[in-house]
This record gives sequence, structure tokens and C-alpha cells, in this order.
Amino acid sequence: MSKTGVLNYEPPGAAPPPPLPALPPPQTDVYQPRRSIAQIIGSIVLHVVIAALAIISLVPFFWLICATFKRHEDMFTYTFLPWSEPKRLTWSNFTWLFEKEQFGQWLLNSLFVSSCNTVLVVALSSIGGFALAKYQFAGKKPLMLLMLATMMLPSQVLLPSSYELMYKIGWLDSYAAIIVPGAVSVFGIFLFMQAMKTVPDELLQAGRVDGCSEIRLWWEVALPIVRPMIGAFTLLSFMSAWNSFLWPQIVLQTQTKYTLPIGLTNMIGQPSYITPYGALMAGTLLSILPVAILFFILQRDFIAGLASGAVKG
Amino acid sequence: MTVAAGDETRSAREVEAAAARERRRERWWRWQHRAAPYLFISPFVILFCCFLLYPLCRSIVLSFYKTAGPRQMQYVGFGNYLFLFKDKLFLAAVANTTYFTVMFLTLQIPISLALAVILNSRRVKFRNFFRFAFFSSHLVGNVFVAVIFSMLLAQRHGLINKAIGLVLPFVGTELNWFAKPELAMPAVVFAALWISIGYAMIYFLAALQSVDRELYEAAQVDGANKWHQFWHITMPGIRPVLIFMILVGTIGSYQLFELPYVLFYGVWTNYAITIVMYLFQMGFEAGDIGYASAIGWMLVLIIFVVSLIQLRVTHVREEAAS
Repeated sequence: MSKTGVLNYEPPGAAPPPPLPALPPPQTDVYQPRRSIAQIIGSIVLHVVIAALAIISLVPFFWLICATFKRHEDMFTYTFLPWSEPKRLTWSNFTWLFEKEQFGQWLLNSLFVSSCNTVLVVALSSIGGFALAKYQFAGKKPLMLLMLATMMLPSQVLLPSSYELMYKIGWLDSYAAIIVPGAVSVFGIFLFMQAMKTVPDELLQAGRVDGCSEIRLWWEVALPIVRPMIGAFTLLSFMSAWNSFLWPQIVLQTQTKYTLPIGLTNMIGQPSYITPYGALMAGTLLSILPVAILFFILQRDFIAGLASGAVKG
Repeated sequence: MTVAAGDETRSAREVEAAAARERRRERWWRWQHRAAPYLFISPFVILFCCFLLYPLCRSIVLSFYKTAGPRQMQYVGFGNYLFLFKDKLFLAAVANTTYFTVMFLTLQIPISLALAVILNSRRVKFRNFFRFAFFSSHLVGNVFVAVIFSMLLAQRHGLINKAIGLVLPFVGTELNWFAKPELAMPAVVFAALWISIGYAMIYFLAALQSVDRELYEAAQVDGANKWHQFWHITMPGIRPVLIFMILVGTIGSYQLFELPYVLFYGVWTNYAITIVMYLFQMGFEAGDIGYASAIGWMLVLIIFVVSLIQLRVTHVREEAAS
């Protein structure tokens, strides 16, 4: 599994479990009947069923990709692609996005908001989690109880009063209204607290003896040890910021400030024109891609993070 | 001589200066050591208080007011809450959301568990590929899923209707998911299942792998068949995760917003209204953030009660089992 920096130390809690356990070696000393024909047929049926299910779950993606290259009038004429008439395929959906809609602007907005949000929430949660896990300080107990209590609440109850707050401090229609409150993640701070508990105290003490300041202990000792957790949490935060809809929909008002989810939904159901379905699908595809790319970079950490969370929960 | 003395005093001064620097450094080090936890936690605490605790308390206050936008407020006491029980649309939203939750969970949990059991079987090849195939839909945000499904669910030409026409010819391809009240929530469930089955499967897979394999071998020796093994070894083994998934699924389902909102965007019907959609409508389209706060607190109450009942039921079963 992943080596964590120079320390080569694996925290038991945060360490991702292997994706799937390796098959055990064949047991030769146990009586094993040879595979019968029934078993082989069963195995084939099993694979056919699971492959069919996998295809069903992947078909929407395939359909989406096809739809982005279809002309508006062909959208529903052909189920997937006009196979026999490749000339009917078109790039116009993508050009429409950038010429007729402000898609490029929305994409940049989304990237900016989500990146800022992710960096802030990871930084705040990791340093806060470090403090909670490795220090004793006045007010720690009540603070944790308070955090735990708010964690149980559905966040939607905060929407009206947060809107009022943003109105009062003049943050409506600004990214600050999304980024700054988004930096608070009780879930994240608890996640990091759990992970940081696995950092050995002796290591920190040794650092202190060498005259290492506390902030450097966090940066150079603790963070490398919880690296898998950082990967998982970064992806999770970026995904939720990227896909966030309700709160940005409430605070953002100017069309040039829209993020992708809001911009795309605004393409639907405008009374003034017919919804450009092809362009809408192209926009959806382009909106999914960044998260997919980030997932491929961080996927091992991510699935492992999910799984370890499940076992603990 | 004089030069040497000067040298001496200078070096003595230097030594003293170095010692002072050292003392300052020492003091600074002690200070940062003591202050560290407060410095580390304070940015979070400040933001937590401003953007979580304050709005939380404020929303209790707001829920006792009738408002028009953030500027005009009028105290109504418990009026908002009392009115909720007479508000037909709110009651419809609660019923709709509950209907969704039940339908969603009764489909999602068994399907994802079955998938996990199949994928956990050692006989299946390409497990990593299949696992990713099922999980990949979870990467797509709710809004984007809703946009895709608004097309997939289209009448006659949509992919889902075409598939239904193919598999169930007597139903045909004419189902209009957006215009029939009884089809509205099933349409949302379709989309919700597509997002979440693979995701739930990952949790179940992790749980299945933590079940002790020796138990199965022992059961096999005792002559238990696969079905018995599943009920008496697998189910007790994954029980905590199962309860966790049902609880989290319930809480998440009651907060349903994006899928029905975007799926029914521009349809202008309330067939798929959910509690959070109603909160959004009242607070940010009608402009009564006081009433919206009251809806929010009712949501809190509903989720609290439902979770409590679930925990109670599972706890009772646990006692009965032991």
C-alpha cells in the first residue's frame, strides 16, 4: 500500500484497506470436487447477468456521449447515433455552448469556486482536526458536543437565515457567500480528528525536542501520515462543491456569475426559446468530466476512504 | 592592549546578544507551544459560529415571524407552525417525500446488497471493472443526473420508455412521467437509484469482506446451504452497515431536492414536490423566509422522529435476537 512520506508509517485507521482481497491459494489438502457442468453454466449465467446490469448502468453515459453529437432534429429520431449516416453528426452543440451561452464563463466560475472551497475546507478541517486529536485545551469538550449536535441537523434548515445573513453583510451575488460558509465542515473536522489520532505522540514529542514548531509538526509530520484521508476528503469536497446547486442558486443572481449546475438548469424551460437539447447534453458531459478526471487521479484513496468510513460507521 | 579590550567587550556584547536572542526564541517557542491548539482551532470556530451557530439560532427566531423578503417582518408566534398543519401543499410534500423514501429504500438496499454479494463471489471475473461500472454514476452530480434523466424519461422517444416498450409491450412507450401525478415520484426514484446503487454497493462490499470467511467454511461442513449461510452468517455480519445505510438513506431521502426540482423544471406542476422544494418555493420564490424556517424545523423534527423510530425498531430486533 501507499508509503507515507519518509516516515513509512501506516496509520491503522486511515490506511485504505486493499480494494479487494487477493484470492487465497488453492487448498490442496482439502477435498475439492471437480467443477461440474452445472457449475460452469451457473458461472456463465452469473457473468451474463452481471454484465447486463453493468451495461444498464453505463448506458446513460453512452447515450449522453451520443446525444452531444446529434443535431437538434435528430435528437429523438435516432436512439443512439445515426449509424448509417455519419454525415449527420455535428460539433455544433459544443460551439453553441461557447457562442450562444456563457458556458466558458460558467466553467471558469465553477473551477474557481470549487477550488477555493476545497482548499479552504481541507486546510481548516485538517488543522482543526489536528488540534482536536493531539492537544488538550479549554473548551474542547463543549465545542465537540456542539459540533456533534449540529452534525445531526439537515443543512437546509439554515438556508433562510443564512440568506438573511448574507443580505445583511452584503454578500448576496458574490462568491464569498459560497466559499466562506462552505469552508466549515463538521464532518471533515471529525474525519481528520479520527485520522490524526493515529499520529504517534512520540513522533510529535521527538519533533518538539528538536525545536520543531507546532505548525511545522502539523505540516511536516501529521499531514504526510494522513495523506490517504486528504486524498479522499479533497475529492469528496471538490465533488460536493462542484455539484452544489441549492445554495448557489439562492445567492447568485447575475448570469455571468453562475456556476455550471445553475447555468445548465437555466438553459431548460426558458419560455423565450426552445431548449437546445444537444447543447444541454454537451454541457452536461463537459461538466461531468472534471470530477471524473479528479476521481481517476485520486480513486484509490477515495474508494478506500468510503469503505473505511463504512466499517467505522 | 586597548584593541584587545575592545575586542573582548565586543565579543562579550555579542555573547549577551546571542543569549538574549536565544531567550527570545525560547520564549516564542514556549508561547507558540501553548497557544498552538487555540490558533489551530480558532479559524474553524470563528467560521462555525458565524455561519452555522448564528444562522441556526436565528432560524428559530425567524420561524416565529411572517416575512416578505429579509426586510419586512411581523411576529406571529406559533402561527407558522400551526399553519403548516393546515397547509395542503406542505402535507402533500411530506407525503410525497415519505413515499419517495419508502420506495427508494425498498429498491435500493436489496438491489445494491444483491450486487455486492454477486461481486463478492470469488467466481466472478473482472470484479474491479464491474465495481467501477456500477460506482461511476455516483460521480455525476444530482443536477446533471436530473438533466440527463429529463431526456431519458421523455415520452415515446426517451430511452427508458423505449426500453419499457421493448420489455413490457403491454405498457408501451407512451408513459408521460412528467404529466401524471402517480408517475412523478417513480421517475425521481429511477434517477435516484441510478446514482446511488453503485455507491451503496461499495459500502456493502466492504462490509461483506469484513465477515469472517471461516464461518462460511464451518457452515459448509455442517451442511448449510447458500441461503442459510446468507441469512445466518452474512446478514448478522453486515448488520451494522445495513442499519447505517438505511438510516443514512432515510435522512438523505427526506432532504431530496435537486432531482425533482431539475427534472420538473419548466413543467410547472407540483406532482413531485418535496419538503425542501417547498421550503425553497416559500422562502426564495414567495419570499417568506420566516415560513421557510418553520418548514426547515419541521424537516428537522420529521427526520429526528423517523430516525428514532428506526433505531428503536432495530434495537428491539437486536434484543429479540440475542
